[in-house]
Order: sequence, then C-alpha cells, then structure tokens
Amino acid sequence: MKKNMTLYKMGVFLNKFILYFILVFFAMLYLIPFFFLVMGSFKTTSELFQIPFRWLPRQFNFNNYRNMLNQIPFLNYLKNTLIIVFFSVVGALISNSLIAYGFARLRWPGRDKVFMIVLATMILPYQVTMIPLYLMFTKMHWVGTFLPLIVPQFFGNAFYIFLLRQFLAELPKEITESSRIDGASEFQIFAKVIMPISKPVLASVAIMAFIRSWNDFLGPLVFLGSDKLYTLSLAASMLKSNYDPNWDLLLPLGVVMVLPVLILFFVLQKYFIQGITMSGIKG
Amino acid sequence: MKNSISKEFYEYKHSRMRRAEAKHGLLFILPWIIGFLGFTLYPILSSLYYSFCDYSVIKMPVFTGLKNYINLFRDSTFLTACKNTAYMIILGVPLTTFFAIAISVILNSKRLKHTSWFRVIFFIPTLVPTVVACLLWIWVMQPETGVVNTLLGYIGIKGPGWLASPAWAKPAFILMMIWTCGNAIIIYLAGLQDIPESLYEAAEIDGASFLRETISITLPLLRPTILYNMVTLVIGVFQWFAEPYIMTQGGPNNSTMFYSLYLYQNAFTYFKMGYASAQAWIMLIVAFIVILILFKFLKFGESNN
Repeated sequence: MKKNMTLYKMGVFLNKFILYFILVFFAMLYLIPFFFLVMGSFKTTSELFQIPFRWLPRQFNFNNYRNMLNQIPFLNYLKNTLIIVFFSVVGALISNSLIAYGFARLRWPGRDKVFMIVLATMILPYQVTMIPLYLMFTKMHWVGTFLPLIVPQFFGNAFYIFLLRQFLAELPKEITESSRIDGASEFQIFAKVIMPISKPVLASVAIMAFIRSWNDFLGPLVFLGSDKLYTLSLAASMLKSNYDPNWDLLLPLGVVMVLPVLILFFVLQKYFIQGITMSGIKG
Repeated sequence: MKNSISKEFYEYKHSRMRRAEAKHGLLFILPWIIGFLGFTLYPILSSLYYSFCDYSVIKMPVFTGLKNYINLFRDSTFLTACKNTAYMIILGVPLTTFFAIAISVILNSKRLKHTSWFRVIFFIPTLVPTVVACLLWIWVMQPETGVVNTLLGYIGIKGPGWLASPAWAKPAFILMMIWTCGNAIIIYLAGLQDIPESLYEAAEIDGASFLRETISITLPLLRPTILYNMVTLVIGVFQWFAEPYIMTQGGPNNSTMFYSLYLYQNAFTYFKMGYASAQAWIMLIVAFIVILILFKFLKFGESNN
C-alpha cells in the first residue's frame, strides 16, 4: 500500500514535470523571434549576414536606431500612422457605441432581422469590397489621402457592434428607467448613463481598433499611393522590397513598431483578453 | 366613461412612445445604415457586376458574361493558388488547431500553477504587426544564418532552404501560422473554463487519466469552440495576403502563390478588375459554404438556450 502511494506520487510529479517541460520548451521557441529581433536590431549588416549565426551582437550601441531616424523619414511615417490610428479609434468608439445602443436598448420593428445583416457582413471577405471601394475612392479623388482609411471607421464595424451590443443588452432595464421618468432624452441617457458604465467594453473596442489600424497593411498599400503618406507598416514593406534592403534599418524599425503594442498590452491586458473572449464564446 | 378615456389616452401615449422609440432606434443606427449602403452593399453589387465584365480601369466595363469565371478555371496560376490555399487549409489549419488545443489544455490543467506568464508568451506574437512578423520570419527562416536552422543544427539536422525552396516554403508559412495562434488559445482557454469542474471530479473518482479526460470530456465539450476557431483560421487563410506579398511575392516557382495574393496582383498589378472581382466572388461563395458547415455543426441557437 505504502509502495503504491509513492509510485502514485512519483507519477503525479512526472506528469507535472512533462507538462511544464512542454510549456517551457514551446514558450522558448515562441520567444526566440523576439530575441532575434531585439538582438538583430543592434547588429551591423555584415554581422547579420555572418556565417555561422551568432546569437548576440558584437557590441550594443544605438547606431542603427540613430541611422533609422536620420536616413528614412521615420518621424513622418510615425505621424501618418498616428493620425490614421487616432481617427480610426475615435470613429470606431463613436459610431459603434451609437449603433450598438440602437440595437441593444431600443425596440423597433425589424430590428433583429437587421442585426442578422450586421452579423452577416462580419464574414464578408474584404477582398470582395476592396476593388469597388478602390474605384469609388479613385473617382472621389480620395486615393492618395488618409480619407479611405479613416472615413469608413465612422460608419460602424460589424465586429465592434456585436461586442458592444452583447454588453449593452445585458445591462438591466432599471438603470435607464429613472432617467427616462425624469424626462431625459434618448441621447442624454446614452451619453450620461450608458456610456460611463460601458467603459470596460469601450476600452476593449478602442484597443482592438488601435491594433488593427496600427498593424494594417493592405489598406495603406491599396489607398495611400504617395510615399509622403506612408504608414510605418507600409514604409517597412517598401524598404524591404528594395533590391538591396537595409536590414540594419529595418530591424530597429521593427522593434519600434512592436514596442508600443506590447506596452499597451502589458498595461491593459485585461481588456485585450476580454475582447477576444467575448467574440469567441458568445459567437 | 372616464375609464375608456384613460385607456384611449394610454394607448395613444403608448403608441406615440413606441413610435418615438422606433424613430430613435433608426437614428442611432443611422451611421451603420449609411456605411452599409455606401461601403458594403454598393461595393458588393458593383463587384458582382464587374465580375461579369472586362474592366481595366482606363476603359469602361464591358459586359462579357461568364468569361472571367471560365478563364479563371483555365488559368494555371489561379489553379496553383487554389491548390496552395487548399494545402494550407488541409494541413496548416488542423496542425495549428492541434497545437493550440494542446497548449490550452496544458495551460488549463489545474495540476499546474504559474501558467499566466505562459499565456502571455503564447499570446504576444499575435500583437506583432504583420509586416514586422514577416521581416522577422524572413530572418528566422534563412537557410544559412537563420535561427531555425541553427537550432536544428544543434541536434544534428541540416535544415531545409525554407522560403527559398519550393517544397519547404509552405511548411515555413505553417510554422508562422502556428506562431500566431494566440487568439485561438485565449478562446480555447475561455471555452475550457466553461466545462463544469464536476465532470472532471467524477472522472477522477473513476480513475481516468489526463489523456482519457481530455479525449472523453474536454474535446467533445469544446467542439463549438474548436469549430469557431477553425473557421476563423480557414477564412484567415483565404484572406492571407501580407505574408506572401512581403516574404516571397508568391515564389519560389509560385509555391506560395495564395488566393488573395493572386487576387491582389490581378487587381492592382495587372489592373484586371473584372477578373479579380470574379476571383473575389468565388472566394465569397467558398467562405459562405464554410460558414454554413459551421452553423450546421454548431447547431446555432440550440446549444446555449
């Protein structure tokens, strides 16, 4: 009996050990590209191409970062990216919260059928609408401006509408009752009662809109045209597509592009996870 | 008498309130209505029309019937793109799903503590901007100086040429797909937490092993989540564009020419807008079929009520 118990304990320990080993092994593999990115950003071009591969740079200095600032219009790309990101986030917050309120808290004939259309547009591949949108924006002389990337954000996004509606529909009816009796208008109720308590889910939407817009590649590629308007993503891909890409500038650029997103994640982790979870489970 | 007046008044007031509410409802969703008409419905309809046209932007679209669709199925590059995309769906999607479930089940195991840091590690690759991820993987996958082949070298394996080799370029993309499966892991973890603890307790009393529990309890109950994630992945593969565009431009020898990359090339490199629209519609129909399959398996609306 005693022998059996020790065997059992050893089994549990072994089990645990194997599971931890698998996790640590894959976690290291997952982190290696990040490690390479950071180390590579300090390497000179000849070091990058050196055979055999070395994990660490010969010396740590910020020459590559300085060159990146001086040799490419980095600050201009950053400014462009921030303009697009800012308006995309603002547009997403305003439009989707209004729309979700209309779907979640007000009753009107045909509402649920219309909401099915909203859901259906979620699965519509961007490739279907991309070509006509390009032709339409060309006719409107919007191609070569930020407008094709910003303006549509002010007219709702099915995914964010879905997320916000889920949240708003679950709020009890009573919380708006008293304001309604006090004669508050629908918009006042929306702005003064509903929005303040929706902060957590609004934060999720804001983060998702930020990431989507910060990381977007296809949109800027199709619509921006002139290199004065390039975003960081687009600029990086253009630098790469040169015949002889400057890898000693590209890797620091990569670090600078990843960093804000990671910082944001570590500060606001809860809202990231909440947004993804809500989309997956309730769907 | 008094009673009927108040009833009438009540009905009048009530219907007025309902009408006011309906009016407000429409007002609140007005941005969506405008956006839907302008940025979704109009593009869908014109895309459908263009798909039956010869349209090269400089000239007006000329109606040519089914010609684009017929030509597509005679276009060897298109067929290669379909084959490559199917390869990713048949091989890449199940591998990624298997990996994501395995990691999630381990992370969820209550035998382990301190898993929150692992969750973070598996999630952060999804935050890396696609362009940066591509730049990274070009380097990680270098035949001579890449990290992957260096690691393989440590255990005595001579790594392949990855992105430079027609046979290994797609597996390289699958590795990248697995690297960015953190979203799926988060969703699986949420799904796993919804499985009642009592089921596992009962299984433990019966002496079921970890593996046995996983096969008999976890996987069947996780089915809706698995299907959701798989369909998301499949749609993702169809729309996969930035990765092949930046890393390989479809090469070597068209081995990474994926569906959306060829669509983009037709539209914006060759300016064959009608041809590309036909391609988009074939994609939409296939995506739609996948969604129907999802709904069928999920038995939508039955499970949660």
